[in-house]
Amino acid sequence: MTASPTPASLPAKPRAAVVRDALGVGIAVGLSGFAFGVTSAGAGMSTAQTCVLSLLVFTGASQFALVTAIGAGGAPFAAAAGALFLGARNAFYGLRLAHLLDLPPKVRPLAAQWVIDETSAVALAQPDRASARLGFTVTGVSLYLGWNVTTLVGALGASALGDPSAWGIDAAGPAAFLALLASMTRGTGSSGSWRRVRDRPEPVTAAVAAVLALLCLPVVPAGVPVLVAALAAPAVLIVTRRRGDNS
Amino acid sequence: MIWAAIAVVAAGCYAVKVLGLSVPASVLERPLIRRLAALVPIATLAALIALQTFGEGRALVVDARAAGLAGAAVALLLRAPFLVVVAVAVVVTAGVRALTG
Repeated sequence: MTASPTPASLPAKPRAAVVRDALGVGIAVGLSGFAFGVTSAGAGMSTAQTCVLSLLVFTGASQFALVTAIGAGGAPFAAAAGALFLGARNAFYGLRLAHLLDLPPKVRPLAAQWVIDETSAVALAQPDRASARLGFTVTGVSLYLGWNVTTLVGALGASALGDPSAWGIDAAGPAAFLALLASMTRGTGSSGSWRRVRDRPEPVTAAVAAVLALLCLPVVPAGVPVLVAALAAPAVLIVTRRRGDNS
Repeated sequence: MIWAAIAVVAAGCYAVKVLGLSVPASVLERPLIRRLAALVPIATLAALIALQTFGEGRALVVDARAAGLAGAAVALLLRAPFLVVVAVAVVVTAGVRALTG
């Protein structure tokens, strides 16, 4: 994710290769809208609500977080706060893309909706600005179309299935989160010392957050445990920084 | 209430995307903010996994969903694609429910 734009020594990447890479990511991830549609319908959202989420929110983790929290009986606004926590990372993708793509101000409001994990990964992997723009656009268009069409298919399909818990669809949310978590922490080795925790704080943060959430569950209103667990992030940063200073 | 929550999330997530494309890099590039922004989604996802696997209302239970999540973890270790990971969780959970229920 730290690709530097336009190294002059590299030859320009063929446009066909960029389109192929971008379509591969866009179509594969676009199909995952099906899992969201099924999960959202299973959580009790209407087909209209499910489709509006994919059209307007268009960042998978936040969408799953909102519907599964509401489905579990959480207060809608606590659920919304959890979804916004997850969406905040897109600001940092935008920062990198702004420099790389150098978009004209008129295009920016439109392009912004596509600033997500996958489009950023494809764009940032390109060797030059033209390829990055092409990769971002093709990934954005294919993923947006695929995600929204398969969301609708999933929502309609789930309504036809009847009782979602009988089918195990309530396990789709946690599995989706696990896959997202794995993609965010990929490359993490085992860590034995505080130095290592400071360099790679992700596994410790995840473990602390999970334990905090489960401890909170019986004692605070539904939806709040996720917000308490998010405090694991600053807590781990503060603790590892302090230990690092002492050693 | 649900529509209101949807509106809040849609507006908030879009605003965050526009913000990233629009603000000068120096505002968000501070190391502490960067690290926090990387860790908060990880903490949130881990909490959601734990709650939705072991939470039943306000009680903690170990049921078929835990088996489904374990199946998903195995699929991830085998580098299965996203949809396969989710499908494994659903099928294993449904299977365990059918066998035990």
